Amino acid sequence: MDSEKYNMGDIDIAWCPGCGDFGILTVLKEALSELGIAPEELVMVSGIGQAAKIPHYLKCNFFNGLHGRALPAATAIKASNKTLTVIAESGDGDMYGEGGNHFIHTIRRNPNIANFVHNNMVYGLTKGQASPTSRRGFVTPVQVAGVILEPFNPLAVAISLEASFVARAFIGDKEQTKELMKKAIVHKGYALLDIFQPCVSFNKINNHKWFKENTYYIDESHNPYDRNAAFALACETEKLPLGLFYLNEEKEPFEDCITAYKLYDKPLYKHQIDTKKLQGLINGFY
Amino acid sequence: MKSSSKDDYSIVLCGQAGQGIQTVESLLMKIFKSAGLNIYATKEYMSRVRGGLNSTQIRVSSKQVRAFVKRTDLLVALDDGAIRHLKKRIGKDTIVLIDEKTALQSQNLVKAPISELASKTGGKIYANSVAVGIICGLFEIEQKLIEEQLISFFAKKDADIISKNIEAQKSGYEFGESLVQSGTITMPQFEPCDLSDDIVINGAQAVSLGAIAGGCNFISSYPMSPSTGVLVFLSKHSEQFGIVAEQAEDEIAAINMAIGAWYAGARAMATTSGGGFALMTEGISLAGMLETPIVVHIAQRPGPATGLPTRTEQGDLELALYGGHGEFPRIILAPGSLEQAYELSAKAFNLADKFQVPVIILTDQYFVDSNYNIPELNADGIKIERAIVETKPDYKRYELTKDGISPRGIPGFGKGLVTADSDEHDEEGHITEDLDLRVEMVNKRLAKLTDIIAAAEKPELWPSDNFENLVVCWGSTYHVVKEALENLDRSDTTMLHIAQVYPLHESIKTTLQKAKKVAIIESNATGQLAKLIKLTTSFEIEHKILNYSGLGFSVEQITDAINDWLK
Ligand SMILES: Cc1ncc(C[n+]2csc(CCOP(=O)(O)OP(=O)(O)O)c2C)c(N)n1
Ligand code: SF4
Repeated sequence: MDSEKYNMGDIDIAWCPGCGDFGILTVLKEALSELGIAPEELVMVSGIGQAAKIPHYLKCNFFNGLHGRALPAATAIKASNKTLTVIAESGDGDMYGEGGNHFIHTIRRNPNIANFVHNNMVYGLTKGQASPTSRRGFVTPVQVAGVILEPFNPLAVAISLEASFVARAFIGDKEQTKELMKKAIVHKGYALLDIFQPCVSFNKINNHKWFKENTYYIDESHNPYDRNAAFALACETEKLPLGLFYLNEEKEPFEDCITAYKLYDKPLYKHQIDTKKLQGLINGFY
Repeated sequence: MKSSSKDDYSIVLCGQAGQGIQTVESLLMKIFKSAGLNIYATKEYMSRVRGGLNSTQIRVSSKQVRAFVKRTDLLVALDDGAIRHLKKRIGKDTIVLIDEKTALQSQNLVKAPISELASKTGGKIYANSVAVGIICGLFEIEQKLIEEQLISFFAKKDADIISKNIEAQKSGYEFGESLVQSGTITMPQFEPCDLSDDIVINGAQAVSLGAIAGGCNFISSYPMSPSTGVLVFLSKHSEQFGIVAEQAEDEIAAINMAIGAWYAGARAMATTSGGGFALMTEGISLAGMLETPIVVHIAQRPGPATGLPTRTEQGDLELALYGGHGEFPRIILAPGSLEQAYELSAKAFNLADKFQVPVIILTDQYFVDSNYNIPELNADGIKIERAIVETKPDYKRYELTKDGISPRGIPGFGKGLVTADSDEHDEEGHITEDLDLRVEMVNKRLAKLTDIIAAAEKPELWPSDNFENLVVCWGSTYHVVKEALENLDRSDTTMLHIAQVYPLHESIKTTLQKAKKVAIIESNATGQLAKLIKLTTSFEIEHKILNYSGLGFSVEQITDAINDWLK
């Protein structure tokens, strides 16, 4: 399938020129086309923020919901119709800040969805405040003396919660980002892909050059099934590793475990109520 | 005033949490009903798992009984503290049955060898069956019936345990019978009727069964008293009826899941109480913007904040009405009877689907915990009206239409793409800041209100549409008000029960204007429906009968209040 298929034509894109989000959009379309996922089979779910506008920029079904609330909606969409490919995508503020509780519990729930997080270490849309992943000392109009909070470590949290797929990419390397996106999409279960994305307007510190200098590729010898090794990698802060950290293919996805589909394994919109059964239930209250 | 008929007996069981009052209640309800006696049961309980004092009222009657009365004919005190706990409900004619070990002394105290008979059978745990036996003995209910119910109730237990419970019950029964035969207790005469086709359910079950009948196949919720019964019920029947039932990490997740589920073609609901709904309000607003249907059941309890977790109030009408930023239509239903809760809960799904708006079912602790016998509900009676369309390649989710309803597609069904956008959007669902389009979209969303009002549930006038005095009420007070009016037996006074509290049915204004005198009854402190009626109809209801003690209105309380008002 040609990635042109996802093109929206002449549209107005709200991102700043030079923003890493453009690269993520291109790569996403390529990944989808290489996997042969048709726009009609795909649901992009996002919250609010600059990154969260991405569903508007490619042909797909989408649910652009509330700030921080993409994951519960994505989980439910997948649980209501397992035949859909569901990707939840937003910024670091959206997924790890406002939606932090859902991040934790979605990992525990393990729906078969991919979660792409544009990590620019800043709040873009609201103009440059600290995000949960902002580094200590990062000066903003609100954090005037620099960030004093410990940065949130999404990968370490995900691995500690036994997420079934945990990876990180930098959009400066489109090929690797695409490969990891594809792996995350085909992975059966919750797949976190944190994507370093330079924000050219509000983060002058963690820019393209900084990400290049402060990241390295995980060695091929790393065994992604080794949780302790993955956790050790995730805890590295000196230089930030890129690649597939952790994989657990034994966990069954949420929607395959729920009892609702035991008798009739079809999307919920095809379910019909069995009135005889209901009458039986009612009569049971004699 | 008619005195309450003699064949209407109010039994109150009171004891500590964990003493098994629930078991006694369940068993007695089944036994009385199978003996052809109408029953009503409601409980009041403390927000704790052990200790404290809880009580259950069971009314038994030859005629239908469906409301809470203050009067207690027989108090079965499983704990000495019961007498103090219920002092306001103990009158001079109340007989108090208490274990003979007590040191308490008073005129109407009847001492019963409950613990002695239990330990004779095999231990304290048989005290409940002894109590059941004593009460059944007073009513001289056929042994066979009692044993049948005990056997089915304890079906999962060992044969030995079942037979010990029967034995305990029998020993209690003999004692109960002896109380009547010796004249210690005089029981009214009942006329049993054939109730074999009746069922006994409570409000939570009525809402849940209605939801299933309405095609609900997804529930995501976070536990909160007194709303949890619906989540528990649908979870229990998840496999049987293909219902995705998920306990969310919080109410915010719950509502966003339910909205996501509707988007993907499910018929979803969430159940919560006021505090949880407060957390859901951004999601309600999201549904308003996405024009995604959503059904939320709010079982009210007294607030603010944590308030009284296990008590009752009608204090969240305004929360349900105004919760959620921005302007968009919604529907709020407040059923008065179990039958109506079943019907309206089912209808909620059709309304949400048709109008693509939030539909809120407003009940309260009193309602969800009220049990009584009703004629069997009809599973076929409700038609599921699905409003989903199969999309074409040029499908536009937010197509501008005259009535404001854009045909709703779902992803994966048809050739089109289905969008949902919480930003202001164009017809295709893409973010827009075209301010003319913004105005059109607001108008489109609000246009739905016209048809929603036209489809509003008609309020009920009872007993007659000929009246001078009108008593307005809504939601759970239906049967209490009805019984109060029966007691008063005045041909000039009628009840107007409003089961759809928003938007109000258009007839309400003329009905109010027709009355010489109008009073409103609400279980809250500020008369929230009266305020809404004023806003909608300009009619000011001056006389308000309000109760916000946390305990629901009793029939006597309303009878007295109406009587005072009409003096
Ligand atoms: C409930 C709520 N609170 C706050 C906001 C304002 N808001 C919109 S986006 C955003 C943060 C954006 O940062 P991020 O998620 O990192 O995305 P980015 O814009 O950087 O891509 C905030 C605070 C909102 N829309 N909703
Ligand atoms: S603000 Fe930053 S993240 Fe947002 S579009 Fe501009 S450059 Fe990209």
